[in-house]
Amino acid sequence: MNNTIIKSSDLHLYYGETEALKGINMEIAQNEITALIGPSGCGKSTFLKTLNRMNDLVPSVRITGEVTLKGKDIFAKDVDVTQLRRQVGMVFQKPNPFPKSIYDNVAYGPRLHGEHSKAQLDELVEKSLRGAALWDEVKDRLKKSAIGLSGGQQQRLCIARALAVQPDVLLMDEPTSALDPGSTLKIEDLMADLKKDYTVVIVTHNMQQASRISDKTAFFLLGQLIEYGTTKQIFGNPKEKQTEDYITGRFG
Amino acid sequence: MKGAFGRKAKGNILKGLIYFCAGFTVLLLVAILGYIFVRGIPHITWELLSTSPSHIRDTIGILPNILNTLYIILLTLLIALPLGVGAAVYLNEYATNRKFARTIEFATETLSGIPSIIYGLVGMLVFVKVLGFGSSLLSGSLTLVIMILPTIIRTTQESLKTVPASYREGALGLGATKWYMIRTIVLPSSISGIVTGCILAVGRIVGESAALLFTAGSATIIADNILEAYTRGGGTLSVALYMYASERAEFDVAFAIASILLIMVFILNAAAKLAGKFLDKEKQG
Amino acid sequence: MKVKNIIERVMNTVFFVCGIISIAAVLMITVYMIIAGIPAIREVGLIDFLFGTVWASTAAEPKFGILPFIMTSVWGTLGAIIIGVPIGLMTAVFLSKIAPPKLAGIVRPAVELLAGIPSVVYGLVGMMVLVPGIMNLFNLKSGSCLLAAILVLAIMILPSIISVSETALNAVPREYEEASLGLGATWIETIFKVSIPAAKSGIVTGVVLGVGRAIGEAMAVMMVAGNVANMPGLFTSVRFLTTAIASEMSYAADGSLQRNALFSIGLVLFIFIMIINGLLGLVLKKGEEK
Repeated sequence: MNNTIIKSSDLHLYYGETEALKGINMEIAQNEITALIGPSGCGKSTFLKTLNRMNDLVPSVRITGEVTLKGKDIFAKDVDVTQLRRQVGMVFQKPNPFPKSIYDNVAYGPRLHGEHSKAQLDELVEKSLRGAALWDEVKDRLKKSAIGLSGGQQQRLCIARALAVQPDVLLMDEPTSALDPGSTLKIEDLMADLKKDYTVVIVTHNMQQASRISDKTAFFLLGQLIEYGTTKQIFGNPKEKQTEDYITGRFG
Repeated sequence: MKGAFGRKAKGNILKGLIYFCAGFTVLLLVAILGYIFVRGIPHITWELLSTSPSHIRDTIGILPNILNTLYIILLTLLIALPLGVGAAVYLNEYATNRKFARTIEFATETLSGIPSIIYGLVGMLVFVKVLGFGSSLLSGSLTLVIMILPTIIRTTQESLKTVPASYREGALGLGATKWYMIRTIVLPSSISGIVTGCILAVGRIVGESAALLFTAGSATIIADNILEAYTRGGGTLSVALYMYASERAEFDVAFAIASILLIMVFILNAAAKLAGKFLDKEKQG
Repeated sequence: MKVKNIIERVMNTVFFVCGIISIAAVLMITVYMIIAGIPAIREVGLIDFLFGTVWASTAAEPKFGILPFIMTSVWGTLGAIIIGVPIGLMTAVFLSKIAPPKLAGIVRPAVELLAGIPSVVYGLVGMMVLVPGIMNLFNLKSGSCLLAAILVLAIMILPSIISVSETALNAVPREYEEASLGLGATWIETIFKVSIPAAKSGIVTGVVLGVGRAIGEAMAVMMVAGNVANMPGLFTSVRFLTTAIASEMSYAADGSLQRNALFSIGLVLFIFIMIINGLLGLVLKKGEEK
């Protein structure tokens, strides 16, 4: 693969004594959607959170191996975590807008990184909201609290908020698991648009979702990467028995 | 990357500020404790603890104040405890009208916000004058009853809320009457909250001065028996501390009393923690 | 069966009576404060009483203006808030967001102990340490002044601000903070831009409680503020509403205008406290709606 943006080599992660990731080797391609699937506790969310070092927040975490972003080791001493997280944005399972206005939610990141010009912010907010397919629904109430939005709108707002810092990669941790089917479809459509400009890595429990939207799929089990390939191949012709058992619903 | 350095510097300054403030709070306590103990403990003598002040011998003793403090704690708790626990039980187990319960809770909150000097004024009007108890330990105790009521109600209520509904259903399902259920199931299960409330209340009584100055006075005479004590005026340790420091400039005695008060605060705080831990464990076991 | 029913009825009534005691107490306090507070105000005149700048209760021609006390209480409380709130809030942030559990285990009991120290002890320390300190530092004739009272009050309101703010900060949903970190904010930036704004109503509650405590404190202030009925100045000897009552009550003759005027000051203080309680109720209600 010549368009690799993230590369993980022999990545081990321990929570205290427990080994949660057991030597993950994986390359994620630019401008593609990569889905991580597997039963609960298989390590897929842990792996996702490692990619922008959100795991740093857990006190007892220990990591060995290497993850590179555009060829640079993200665990290197001279890496500024805040810059890394700016490059690798994240959307969480439960929509988590701040209790601020819609505008302030989207402008939060840019302001943080030193953008204070009103005109620039206005432009960025609009662009990000458009990017998240939310602009038309909220353009008349940008100053209203984000808490008043519906669940699906809140999640798209969180996507807009992540886009506003202009990341290269967008990590999504089961972004639709708390939403109704209608909102889920909207977000899936949105993802298809997003991959033109961004690389998307998504964790999902929903097999149909993975097969509908992703280009590549990785199957995790008990902290190991069992199989990784194009979504077509994984769902159509899995090589491993465990993968087949999982996607046909025999466990998980 | 513009301003990345500024961001870092700002973060470090704020972090420094947070550490400074937390450190300040702790050092403040250490300084106050250290200062009081250094100046006070050397002056805690057996004579001070075991005698009354004497003008003839020109000596100062705080035995009457110690006794007054104990008497006031005793009577105040004796009255406030059943009332407070009763009120909490009413709110949690009996009150069916939400609005009425809210009114009671609001009144309780209001009581806890009223400053002690106001309690002193009202106590003086009602208990000392209108009811004719005079400036006495009785008037002082009654005043403090109202003052500490919110503390006991709140802690009891919190602990009543933690008693699982299944306990109540179990008892009622076996044919217990409501009062029997409360007496045998609900109150025993919330004993830790009630004890904690009592300890906190004792802490407030020990530290109180403004409300007692006008209701119980500052006398230092020892009564012949406990009943007589309640008809007489008398100052607690806190009131005595104020008197010795402000009116008589007897600072050694003031510091000695302050040390005693702080030691009591220590013991009460520890007791409240232990009571919570120990009694809760019992409940689970 | 019958006895059981009677007991049940009796206990019902007993608990009901206990329940309404709080209401009865509030009513009693309100009624007595009004009855006792009105006569002097009528005799002096409301305007002269509230806005008179001279208090000379024992002069041949007595004057009863309490504006100096009102202003002192207002400035004293404001000063205590300005000093106490930032320190208290930062300590709460430390406890809730920064401190490793072991360190928090030292700081938290310290705060609880501070809360338990009787006000006369604070007064004593203020009198023996702050007052001479201020006198020497600013080269004054006497260090008993508004500044000393403000410092003592600031320390006394710290525990309530810390504990209420800490509770509010602990209640901030973890997701808010994760979202902010995920956007590349540092932990400190997240605390100041997300956690504190989200805990705003709880923090305001703590501040209002602090205001109530500061405005109602009598003994500690009496021991350090010098107790002269001046209009407030940082280095002047002053009387608060509370200390105006406490300092003259013991010798004012029963039924005299002086004594009645002291009750009127009590009424003014009571009204202040009721306004603060009302504010507190509003803040809490607003917080719940969110």
